[in-house]
Amino acid sequence: MTTESLKQAQPYWNPYVAGLGLGLVLLASFVIMGRGLGASGAFSSLVTVGVQAVAPNHVANNEFYSEYIGGGTRSPLKDWLVFEVLGVFVGGFISGLLANRVTKVVEKGPNISNAGRLTLAFLGGGLMGIGAKLARGCTSGQALTGGALFNVGSWAFMMMVFGGAYAAAYFVRRQWR
Amino acid sequence: MNAPFFKHGLFGDDVSLVMALLIGIGFGFFLERAGFNSSKKLAAQFYFTDLTVFKVMFTAIITAMVGVYYLSVIGFMDLSLVYLTPTFLLPQIIGGLILGVGFVVGGYCPGTSCVAASTGRIDGMVYLLGVIFGIFVFGEIFPLVSSFYVSTPMGQITLPQISGLPYGLLVFLIVLMALGGFAGAEWVEKKMASKKAEA
Repeated sequence: MTTESLKQAQPYWNPYVAGLGLGLVLLASFVIMGRGLGASGAFSSLVTVGVQAVAPNHVANNEFYSEYIGGGTRSPLKDWLVFEVLGVFVGGFISGLLANRVTKVVEKGPNISNAGRLTLAFLGGGLMGIGAKLARGCTSGQALTGGALFNVGSWAFMMMVFGGAYAAAYFVRRQWR
Repeated sequence: MNAPFFKHGLFGDDVSLVMALLIGIGFGFFLERAGFNSSKKLAAQFYFTDLTVFKVMFTAIITAMVGVYYLSVIGFMDLSLVYLTPTFLLPQIIGGLILGVGFVVGGYCPGTSCVAASTGRIDGMVYLLGVIFGIFVFGEIFPLVSSFYVSTPMGQITLPQISGLPYGLLVFLIVLMALGGFAGAEWVEKKMASKKAEA
């Protein structure tokens, strides 16, 4: 084997195998912790800490932020979801490293500039942040976790996510194709 | 031994953070294995060319669903101790729609963007900044949307409770639906691939 082929990115796993692994991690979280997975909540803690550093009174008077402050006895960053999301970064990096898939790249279709793609990435992230907070969770906390627990709101949410994405897909097709 | 372990006091808050890190590592590992660090692959779901998102998501959901069901049937796990997010139907429907649009515009969801960022995807990093900005915007407008945020409350409620169908039967039906969906997804992918080959 040459060094060239060693460095080549390996193909991704079969989706059903990866999905089984993901499901077992979710099950382990239920069994060990009595709660599911999450992602967006950790960033709410991060935002709250940022806003608090600049305007502490503003945070105290805002019901959304104050929920993430907790009792005030410990840092909002010493939080279960914050640690879990740190793990997500690490786990993704380990998997990518083992398969030679850690690459500095902008993922996009051939018909859009880097600047265009990054602008849409920021915009999409912004919508995601607002939507996830309104829905009390994102794809991890609602669709995956709530889906596995038959949570009524999570199933309604999941249908809407697919509905919204399919409805908007036509308008941003130049970004991907 | 009884699950959930944390709820039965098997370990305390500090150990729970170690568990969080370990569970997160597993989560991130399989997200990357599935190819979810690539916005192109994720977005392809919404153009029917690559339905990996659907396949991975529903395999994960039915795996955990069947696992939870059997562990409670054999008395190993007390399902009532597993946290269930209360349902507020209307804000979740609108939030889901906004999030869906954000998914195809941005190319990621929050969890997958973490994996994208840590494997060097610059669009994933910028997307994460967008998420942080979006949450900040939500926090700032919260006083204006707070009454909508708590509207149509239904409490902690599940499909078995609302439909009156037995839990096990619903597990069976969802697994059946998922398997049908997988067969359909494979068929659609083949169809799209041959269409592309012709063009």
